[in-house]
Amino acid sequence: MSLPLFLAFAVLMVASALGVILQRNPVRSALSLVITLFLLAVTFLFLDAYLVALLQVIVYAGAIMVLFLFVIMLLNLGVEPQDPGRLGLKMFGTLAASLLALELIAVARAPGPMPGSGMAGATPPYFGTVEALGTRLFTHYVLPFEITSILLLVAIIGAVVMAKRTPT
Amino acid sequence: MALEIGIAAVKALVVLLMVLQLAGLLGWVERKGSALIQDRIGANRAAVFGFAGAGLVNTLMADPLKFITKEDVVPANADRLLHFLAPCVSLFPALVAFAVIPFGDVLDVGGRVINLQVAPLNVGILYILAMVSLGVYGVVLGGWASNNRWSLLGGIRGSAQMISYELAVGLAIVAMVMTYGSLDLQQMARAQGGVLASWLPVPAWGIFYQPLAFLILLCGGIAESKRIPFDLPEAESELVSGYFTEYSGVKHLMFFMTDFVEVIIVSGLLATMFFGGWQVPFLARDGFHFPGGGVALLPQIVVALLQIVSFMVKVFFFCWLQIMIRWTLPRFRYDQLMRLGWKGLLPLALANVVLTAGIILAVQG
Amino acid sequence: MVPVNYYVALSAILFGIGTLGVLIRRNVIVIFMSIELMLNAVNLAFVAFARQWNAMDGQVIVFFVMTVAAAEAAVGLAIILAVFRSRETTNADDLNLLRW
Repeated sequence: MSLPLFLAFAVLMVASALGVILQRNPVRSALSLVITLFLLAVTFLFLDAYLVALLQVIVYAGAIMVLFLFVIMLLNLGVEPQDPGRLGLKMFGTLAASLLALELIAVARAPGPMPGSGMAGATPPYFGTVEALGTRLFTHYVLPFEITSILLLVAIIGAVVMAKRTPT
Repeated sequence: MALEIGIAAVKALVVLLMVLQLAGLLGWVERKGSALIQDRIGANRAAVFGFAGAGLVNTLMADPLKFITKEDVVPANADRLLHFLAPCVSLFPALVAFAVIPFGDVLDVGGRVINLQVAPLNVGILYILAMVSLGVYGVVLGGWASNNRWSLLGGIRGSAQMISYELAVGLAIVAMVMTYGSLDLQQMARAQGGVLASWLPVPAWGIFYQPLAFLILLCGGIAESKRIPFDLPEAESELVSGYFTEYSGVKHLMFFMTDFVEVIIVSGLLATMFFGGWQVPFLARDGFHFPGGGVALLPQIVVALLQIVSFMVKVFFFCWLQIMIRWTLPRFRYDQLMRLGWKGLLPLALANVVLTAGIILAVQG
Repeated sequence: MVPVNYYVALSAILFGIGTLGVLIRRNVIVIFMSIELMLNAVNLAFVAFARQWNAMDGQVIVFFVMTVAAAEAAVGLAIILAVFRSRETTNADDLNLLRW
């Protein structure tokens, strides 16, 4: 992926992420998050992660965010009023988040050459495809896979129980 | 490099134009077909110089003109941006889903072998599932942005129905992927050449291997595109037009077209996965190879044309089938619909996957 | 070619924006969405490193993160629905029954 293309996508992603936290209309916040997730999926495609990119669209942008939109519409959340109070907390929050991001960037700017074949190296055939992910998942990571299925079952039961209306 | 991009652009343009033309034509088939079923004549008043063409002029020229020139009404307290976005978000994924459906085998042009599929993705079928998942947003936003409680009801019902039937459709596709060992639709279509057995000269189409998956995909596909008998989200006698009540003009045309484009997607999927796609029985890349031993060699361009025509015939057959189903069956009630999706199709599709896995293990083990 | 540091920097910026959202917004659903943003930022870092090392393990971990995020979103939204039914508010300041 060329650098100008990456920078374009990065700027769009940061803009829509800022849209998520700064907009006062929750529906527009959710839509900004959908745009961010879609742009992330495209970035995954450029990083040779084909299955993960499509899973991102199907699972995250296509199911989880629809769930968010459902809940926003069920609760009938309107546009939030302006909140002029607690300016000190907001400034402190901005400072803390910026320091966190800057520290993470500083850690990633390692002085020496990074290990591995690097981003310019050739990938093995079938890198990022269903076969590669499936092979890795079902040989080395089969125990977490089975535990995740139990986790999903627990989550389904929990969500159904929590969202049921208790008969009064 | 530029030539590659040029060829891909031409393929994409060809597929897009074919789909848009077919969507328009399906509108005419729907009106005339429904008229024939209901023993009436149908629309035939609009005429150009006295030529009414059995309703073709009406549907293909008068209707689009009417839609385009209508005033665009946005409800009073509606979110204007979302009202504008909803039809676009609905139509765009439906159109781009055709990028992975193959419409032919290969075309030999001047020594260059062109694969007749716009995007040869390794994860082809998942791309279609992803685009269908994105189509849910059009429904949800359409219902919300209308500022109208009946539209919101239709929108929520429609999106709940779509995400419920996505599961059954996904599992039916999983069974097909297990049978053919690949997610790429072109590989699936190529694997359906040949015959079932040397003593049974029947083309080795997917429907003979996975009849249950075919029925589940047909049912789930019609439910995904919210057509009768699953069209309670836009039930015309109950919710006026459901989630696209408050849309007029070009926006309504876009929602309307999404309906037909999704019909074509479901038809394309059924044709490619279960009926051989572009495969003509007994036709290989160089000509006909009949089971009795006869061989008829044909130039490559004729073979490619025959395959494209065969694909279009199969897609058109399934489009016609869905239109006939629409005007024959009554509509499901919403709880019956959800019960069919979760308690009927989903366990059936799961059982199909387990059965397929068992058979594959027995045959190859 | 884009060096891996750039991807990690983008991931860090998205993570910071997510943290900012959790800290300054009071609507619980927007807080939840900021948490999802943080999870996705981490996904980006994992995929970038998987490409760097030519190892599929990064993408397997992204698979698990997505699954866990889906489960967490379902349960979390069910909790928000249940809380809204009894307290009629989505402002995090009003959910203060556990405060001393």
